[in-house]
Amino acid sequence: MNILMSIITVIYYLLVAYTAVILIYNLIKTKTWEKEALYIIVLLPFLLRLFRLK
Amino acid sequence: MADNNVYIRKIILSVLGFLLLIFSGISFYKHRHLEEHVVLGEGVTEVKKLSDYFDGVKGTINDCNIYILEGKEPGATLFVMGASHPEEPAGRLAPWIFVENGVMEKGRLIVVLSANRSGTTVTRLGGGYPPDYTIPTGWGEQKFRMGDRWANPLDQWPDPEVYIHYPSRQNLAYVDIRNLNRAWPGRPNGTLTEKTCYAFMELIRKEKVDIFIDLHEAELQYPVISTIVAHEKGHELAAVVSMVLTDMGEFNMGMEYSPKSLHGLSHREVGDFSDAISLLFEAPEPFLDATRGKTTREQLLTGKDEFIVKAGEHGLLFEKIDENGWPIDVRVGRHTSAVLMTMEIWTEEHPDMSLVCINVPGYAEVIENGIGYYLKDPFRANPERVIIE
Repeated sequence: MNILMSIITVIYYLLVAYTAVILIYNLIKTKTWEKEALYIIVLLPFLLRLFRLK
Repeated sequence: MADNNVYIRKIILSVLGFLLLIFSGISFYKHRHLEEHVVLGEGVTEVKKLSDYFDGVKGTINDCNIYILEGKEPGATLFVMGASHPEEPAGRLAPWIFVENGVMEKGRLIVVLSANRSGTTVTRLGGGYPPDYTIPTGWGEQKFRMGDRWANPLDQWPDPEVYIHYPSRQNLAYVDIRNLNRAWPGRPNGTLTEKTCYAFMELIRKEKVDIFIDLHEAELQYPVISTIVAHEKGHELAAVVSMVLTDMGEFNMGMEYSPKSLHGLSHREVGDFSDAISLLFEAPEPFLDATRGKTTREQLLTGKDEFIVKAGEHGLLFEKIDENGWPIDVRVGRHTSAVLMTMEIWTEEHPDMSLVCINVPGYAEVIENGIGYYLKDPFRANPERVIIE
């Protein structure tokens, strides 16, 4: 059970990192300021989780 | 030129986002690492760690302090547990008063202030809860971590789809796998929460605890409130404590039987898996009610909330409330008085195994003087008698 949880946790953090990278990529590519602001707001909780803050 | 403007805009927005991240990150970090000082009262004879009883929790965030108040004369052993649910501050502040003030004349008192220490480092995710609260004292203010009902997901994750309780195999809500009061009696090779419960069970067995008391608070829309929930071994004791507290006119205290088929809770499993009598005390906490108004420090400490008063007018509550609310002093005083009364009634029935504690204020005294009156200044105390909780 604990080993399984550890594996899932690693996968989870990989997914979080992947999503964060995709969001940053989209932030760079987009041309409208509304989407830029939206990407940054969505990105915040992913970065906080990636840095293990709360 | 247009491209340059877009890049500048992206940079400005990114910097703003980064600032948001920094400020929120600092807030979360400060909450998780806020140091709470405990000044050991003259009655504290020893401070152990939970891992002294089960090394499976050594090095984890839940390796909490165990305060032991050995009496001048032998007697029974009482274990008072706080912060089983760290979002219920009266359940933590009442035992705090015992540690900083209590002296055992007879018997032995074991106190825990942060049973689910992981849960004291986080508030309800997305709930906008205050990260801390402050109690005014004669020497300044003392700040405490506000916590959550569950362990921090940073310390135990992921949650399963369905939580199957060990050893009953009863299906419980998935999130309750991080709820200390749904994981009793625990197991040595389980999750952090299960290991923590197992460590406490080892403490109870090794220290030969006679009475175990788990301090809680409850929302007013929850039927188990202002009451003692008692394992069958403690029905008589709890019934007398309830009757005397109510008859003396201090406050109304009910008494309920611990359901035999509801597993994972301390009042059931501690009684079943050890020789101890297990009791759980509930005080009212309007902050927990779903229909509350603003989720603020003020609401947490005053227990005043017009929306809950309105709910009461519509008969939706199991405890009364008016414009005076349920101040933290009242809630803490209920707990200290109930614990003291348990010792008194127990001693009357077991004079050869007494429990006598002095210097701890009861209900009326806590309300009159406020909790802060009983909290000691860690910066004026002997540094060797100050512990970080």
